[in-house]
Amino acid sequence: MSAELNLPARQPRQESMARFLKSHMRDYGMLISLLAIVAFFQYVTNGTLLQPLNLTNLVLQNSYIVIMALGMLLVIVAGHIDLSVGSIVGFIGALAAILMVQFHWHFIPTAIVSLIAGAAIGAAQGYWVAYFRIPSFIVTLAGMLVFRGLSLALLAGQSVGPFPVEFQRLSSGFIPDPFGPLAGTAGFHLTTLLLCLVTPAVMIGLSVATRIRRHRFAIEQEPLPLFLLKSAGLFAVVAYLGWLLASYKGLPNVLIIMALLVGLYAFVTRDTTIGRRIYALGGNEKAAKLSGIDTRRLSFYTFVNMGVLAALAGLIFAARLNTATPKAGVSFELDVIAACFIGGASASGGVGRVTGAVIGAFIMGVMNNGMSILGIGIDWQQVIKGLVLLAAVCFDVYNKGKA
Amino acid sequence: MDSILEMRGISKTFPGVKALDDVNLSVREGEIHALIGENGAGKSTLMKVLSGVYPQGSFDGEIRFRGQPVAFRGIADSEKLGIIIIHQELALVPLLSITENLFLGNEQARRGVIDWTAATAKARELLRMVGLSDPPDTLITDIGVGKQQLVEIAKALSKQVRLLILDEPTASLNESDSDALLALLLRFKEQGISSILISHKLNEIAKVADRVTILRDGSTVETLDCHDGPISQDRIIKGMVGRDLADRYPKREVRPGEILFEVKGWSADHPIHPGRRVVKDIDLHVRRGEVVGIAGLMGAGRTEFAMSLFGRSWGRNIRGNAYLGGREIDVSTIRRAMDGGLAYATEDRKHYGLVLDNDIRHNVTLANLDGVARRGVIHHEREIEVANDFRRRLRIRCSSVFQETVNLSGGNQQKVVLSKWLFADPQVLILDEPTRGIDVGAKYEIYSIVNQLVAEGRGVILISSELPELLGVADRIYVMNEGAIVAEMPAAEASQEKIMHAIMSSAAGGTATREYLQ
Repeated sequence: MSAELNLPARQPRQESMARFLKSHMRDYGMLISLLAIVAFFQYVTNGTLLQPLNLTNLVLQNSYIVIMALGMLLVIVAGHIDLSVGSIVGFIGALAAILMVQFHWHFIPTAIVSLIAGAAIGAAQGYWVAYFRIPSFIVTLAGMLVFRGLSLALLAGQSVGPFPVEFQRLSSGFIPDPFGPLAGTAGFHLTTLLLCLVTPAVMIGLSVATRIRRHRFAIEQEPLPLFLLKSAGLFAVVAYLGWLLASYKGLPNVLIIMALLVGLYAFVTRDTTIGRRIYALGGNEKAAKLSGIDTRRLSFYTFVNMGVLAALAGLIFAARLNTATPKAGVSFELDVIAACFIGGASASGGVGRVTGAVIGAFIMGVMNNGMSILGIGIDWQQVIKGLVLLAAVCFDVYNKGKA
Repeated sequence: MDSILEMRGISKTFPGVKALDDVNLSVREGEIHALIGENGAGKSTLMKVLSGVYPQGSFDGEIRFRGQPVAFRGIADSEKLGIIIIHQELALVPLLSITENLFLGNEQARRGVIDWTAATAKARELLRMVGLSDPPDTLITDIGVGKQQLVEIAKALSKQVRLLILDEPTASLNESDSDALLALLLRFKEQGISSILISHKLNEIAKVADRVTILRDGSTVETLDCHDGPISQDRIIKGMVGRDLADRYPKREVRPGEILFEVKGWSADHPIHPGRRVVKDIDLHVRRGEVVGIAGLMGAGRTEFAMSLFGRSWGRNIRGNAYLGGREIDVSTIRRAMDGGLAYATEDRKHYGLVLDNDIRHNVTLANLDGVARRGVIHHEREIEVANDFRRRLRIRCSSVFQETVNLSGGNQQKVVLSKWLFADPQVLILDEPTRGIDVGAKYEIYSIVNQLVAEGRGVILISSELPELLGVADRIYVMNEGAIVAEMPAAEASQEKIMHAIMSSAAGGTATREYLQ
């Protein structure tokens, strides 16, 4: 048939490295930008940025933003937005504080109740968005006001604290070091270093397995040199950071929580049917619906999920400050949303990656931290962060227009 | 006769693809020049070169308009010379009035203040020229697609058009609207306005075109002069696809089995105007291995019927029963309708069928993700295999299954939509205008897929506005008008005249026709 005769001209050519790089420019660009920003601040702060103490702080300061960015990414991919997360952080912090300080609850039931409360808040907002089709911008703007007001009311305008030590460990604690004493490396957190060697090794092992499987299916993938370079880079960076953290107090608890969540959400978005359906919903809601996807329920659940993660962030933030204040979480939503957009999410939905959002959050975090070390005022910090957000999105749009 | 337009040696390359390769096109003063070719042959690209969407410098070759070489930097430049293009997707603002749309960007204003009296008067004049009698302050959203098309043409007239380019103007029009539009082109021709008509409907071209240029795979195949004697459709098809199409509708043995699917007493009301019954008490059945056609004018309620049946995705106050293999099935949600064995491939593939930003692979598996997943975890390699399998079986032309569907031609997009539903493995597949806006070769392939489906013992309901297609593909035809079934006939006994007669003579048919002729 001549229809087939026409095919050879359109057959895919062996994808060269340059072409692969070009089509994945955004992914690599993000990573390279983060590394460049880290290198820049490391240089201008005379090495303060990556000092073990500061590195630990950097992780602690950004953990709650990263955790919320995971939920926000799903919300944005589904074609919505959530402006209320900062207020939820404040409200849940206040709720937990009241339960623990005034009612003397143990921190575990407190945490459970807080997470359930977060889910309920997400459900309440998602209900209006999903089933009544009220724009999420409006619903969550309302939520932003409501929960900020409620946290003020709950705390009666006061700060409430301090918290039990066990609860503080959520944020300020570090993982135990069973291996250190065995090896007799006092002052050096051996377990941390081991974890930071094993984890990337396992990840690389898994991707090698995937590569082999894909190769057997003759599926085109990342060129080998690039893969090797990336794997070696990943290993080196994680091992180096692990070494740095190990020479201070080791891995913060919250970093473990964060890493597990990042892994989980990366998996959900990439490898599960529910993740795929969220992308389809954001890409074309009508087509998704006509393909048998319950788009309303899916939208609803992205908000429930966001509520839970915002509640978790609220707990972590409260634990870090060791007090709940009515102002906790103010303008967090902006950092979280900015992280997603810097990370390549599309404001119209359907596009965005977990790794992107995480890198976006760290770009913001490193800039915050670096500029603070340099003594740049909060005023100019905001100006610079705003411009970076604009530049990142401009780059996206420009890139897309060229493709 | 002088040429109004000469395009010589036009070549245009996109990354990895040569879209146009040394194309020549010459349009004479005051002629209707048809431009035809399969989807992806380069027609739209050529017109974008002509109208300045692709500016001078982004392509090779020379354009002369009325003897002068021209170099357009954008659409504004070409419009200034009177080259107006009307795209397949109309560029009207739905919530603005006809007048506002007519003068959008070209307002009847002095120092920024619009003179509404002058604008309305001029709008009325323009509407009269295209034969529209609606009040100029009617909102675009309140008039049908056919009339919207006329508004677009009126808009072109307001810009002193010399060369009118119409990209598949009749793709979404019913027969009477199409005829009116073609008559309008002929009238323009008398007034000395040349047109380029891009169309897949060969009978229309035979009706109005003076000359025909055929494109294939980005090159000019030939230009035929219709005045040198009648050009047979087969001749044109041969030029387009580079082969003889022995028959435009692939043959198959008809062996309908027992009744597979049945609908009884199906009714639905308009979702926004409750109480307005749009689908009225429909009974129909499909046998195993049977293609059942539903004929009707635009607005007869065919799509509304199909969508209300498919998980109540249209309308409210829906009543009626559906049976598969004699047992009643629950079709109250799309998921349940799919579980019951139904699938519905929409007429509007861009808005309802595809996630355009996603690649072929993701679109193919969307309706049956569980088919490539275990416990909710997607098996990526299996998914790619499935997509590649459909790519091969349905001959989807693409660089790979990782290509975004937004970049595919209409026919290939349609094949992706079909793949999606084939992978969902339905018993009964409802196809709503499956060949709209796609070329002859791809149509043939889609008919072949339909044949294959019924050969496997499934049932197909084919909704189509092209009567020849219904007559060629269906085994039995229901005729719908004003939301009700007004006739049923075996395809072997049906004819275009018989179907139109059934529509016209149905009790309410008279008013429907009058509305269309208004």
